[in-house]
Amino acid sequence: MNLNLHIWRQKNKDTKGKMVSYQVNDINEEMSFLEMLDVLNEDLLRKGDDPVAFDHDCREGICGACSMVINGRPHGPTRTTTCQLHMRYFNSGDNVYIEPWRAGSFPVLKDLTVDRSAFDRIIQAGGFVSVNTGSAPDANEIPIGKEIADEAFNSATCIGCGACVAACKNASASLFVSAKISQLAMLPQGAAERKRRAESMIAQMDAEGFGACTNTGACAAECPKSIDLTNIAQMNREFIGAKLTSELV
Amino acid sequence: MSWLSKTLSSTIGRKLIMAVTGLFLVSFLFVHLIGNVALFYDDGGASFNKYSHFMSTAGIIRVFELLLVAGFLAHIWTSIQLTRLNNAARPEGYAYQLKPSKEVSWFSRNMGLSGSIVLIFLVTHLQNFYYRYHYEEIPYVIYAPAQLYPQAKNAPKEVVTSVDSLAGHTVLHVTQKQAETIAPQLNTEALKDMQQLVHEVFTKEWWFSILYVVAMFLLGFHLNHGFQSAFRTLGLAHKKYTPFLTNLGGLISILVPAGFASMPIYFLIKAFM
Repeated sequence: MNLNLHIWRQKNKDTKGKMVSYQVNDINEEMSFLEMLDVLNEDLLRKGDDPVAFDHDCREGICGACSMVINGRPHGPTRTTTCQLHMRYFNSGDNVYIEPWRAGSFPVLKDLTVDRSAFDRIIQAGGFVSVNTGSAPDANEIPIGKEIADEAFNSATCIGCGACVAACKNASASLFVSAKISQLAMLPQGAAERKRRAESMIAQMDAEGFGACTNTGACAAECPKSIDLTNIAQMNREFIGAKLTSELV
Repeated sequence: MSWLSKTLSSTIGRKLIMAVTGLFLVSFLFVHLIGNVALFYDDGGASFNKYSHFMSTAGIIRVFELLLVAGFLAHIWTSIQLTRLNNAARPEGYAYQLKPSKEVSWFSRNMGLSGSIVLIFLVTHLQNFYYRYHYEEIPYVIYAPAQLYPQAKNAPKEVVTSVDSLAGHTVLHVTQKQAETIAPQLNTEALKDMQQLVHEVFTKEWWFSILYVVAMFLLGFHLNHGFQSAFRTLGLAHKKYTPFLTNLGGLISILVPAGFASMPIYFLIKAFM
C-alpha cells in the first residue's frame, strides 16, 4: 500500500518544529507501524535526508518506549503499543498524521522523541518499596490473597509509555501515577510506606506541571495495558487518607 | 503554607473542592425544585407566594443563602484555576486534533462550556427573579376570607386593582401602596405576587424561557458527568457501587433539569391555551 505521511519534524529541543509530508510506497500490510517508519527512514537516508527520530526498544509491546500520536490517538487506532500496531489497519492512499506526545512536561527532543524523565522523577519520589539489601527473601514468605495479587498485578502492568498523558485533554499523569500508588498500596510490602508515597509522588506530579484529572476516561480508553480508571479513585483515596493522617505537616 | 492549604491547592485538592461544592450544589437543586413545585398548584399563587415569602424572610434561609453563594463562587473560581492549569499543561497542541475513543463523552470533555452557559443563565435568572422580587416594585396579593368577596368586588379601582374568587378565599390584587392601607384593615399580611412575576417573565419575556430550557438541557449533561465524577474524585469508585452511582447520576441529570424546564414550558402552554 502507499501512504501519505504527515510527520512532526523538529531539529532539537530549542527549535520550532512543523508537520512535513512524505510519501511511502509498497508498504506490506504485515509490517508493524515502526517497520513502516524504518522503510521511510531508509528512503530518507538514501536521499541524504535526516531520518525521523522516534523512540523504540523491545518492539514487542512491553517496554513502553514507542510513543507517537497517530491520527489523533496515542499508539494509533488499536489499543496496543505503536510497535504492535500493524499496517493492515490502514488502507492505501490514507493520510496518516504522526505526532509526538504533547505535554509541557514531555518536551520534544527531536521529531517524535520526547523527554519522559518527568515520569522517572515521579517514581523516584516514592514509587518503590524500601528494603534492606541482602539475600533474596523466600518466595511466598508473605502470603497475599489471589484477588489482591491479581489487582496489584493489573496495576503493575503499566509500562510507563505516557499514552495516558498524551490522550488526556488536560495532559494529566493521573493514570500513570495512580497505577503505581495503587499497586504498592494493595501489597503488604508497599503498605508500610503508602502515606509518604502518596504525598511525595503526587507532589512531584504537580511540580512537573501535569494537568488535573477530569475523569473523562480518555486515558484508560487508550492505555495499551488496560490500566483501569478505578486506580485514579484509589489514588485520591490514598491522598486524602495520607493528608489527614500522615506525620508530615 | 499550612498542610490544609497545601492539600487544597494541589491538583487533587482542587478537584476535591470541585467535587464537594458540586455535590452541595446538586443538593440545592433538589431543594429549589421541590419548593418550586408549588408553582403548579392552581390556587391563585397562594402556596407559591407564601413559600416565596418564607424563603426571603426566614433567618435560617439567609444562612443557607450565604453558604450557597460561597459554594457557587468556590466551584466557579476553582474551575477557572483548574482550566488555566490544565491549559498550561499542554502549551503546544496537536496538529491533528485528539480523537478520543467512543467511550469518552463529548460533554465530559467540555464541562467548562456547559458550566459557563449554565452560569450565564444563572445571572439572568437571579436578575429576573431574585433582584426583581427584592429590589423592584412588583404587584402584591392579599388572601382574604371567601365571605369578603362581594364587598371586595365593589371596592373602587383605587383601593383594589382586581379581585378573584378561588376555592376558599378571596384574592385581592393590589399595588404596594394599596397593600399598605388594606392589609392592616383586613388584619392580614400582603404578599409579593411572585407567581405573577414568574408568569410575566416566562410568557412576556419568552426569550428567557428559551434560555431557561437550553440551560437546563446543558445542566443535564453537566450533572451526568459531574455527579459520578465527583464520587471518583472523592476516592469512591468500586464495581460494587460505581454502576449504581453512574445510573443515579443519569437519573438525576434527566429528572432535575426536566422538572425545572417544565416550569417555563407550563406557563407558556397555559398562556397560549
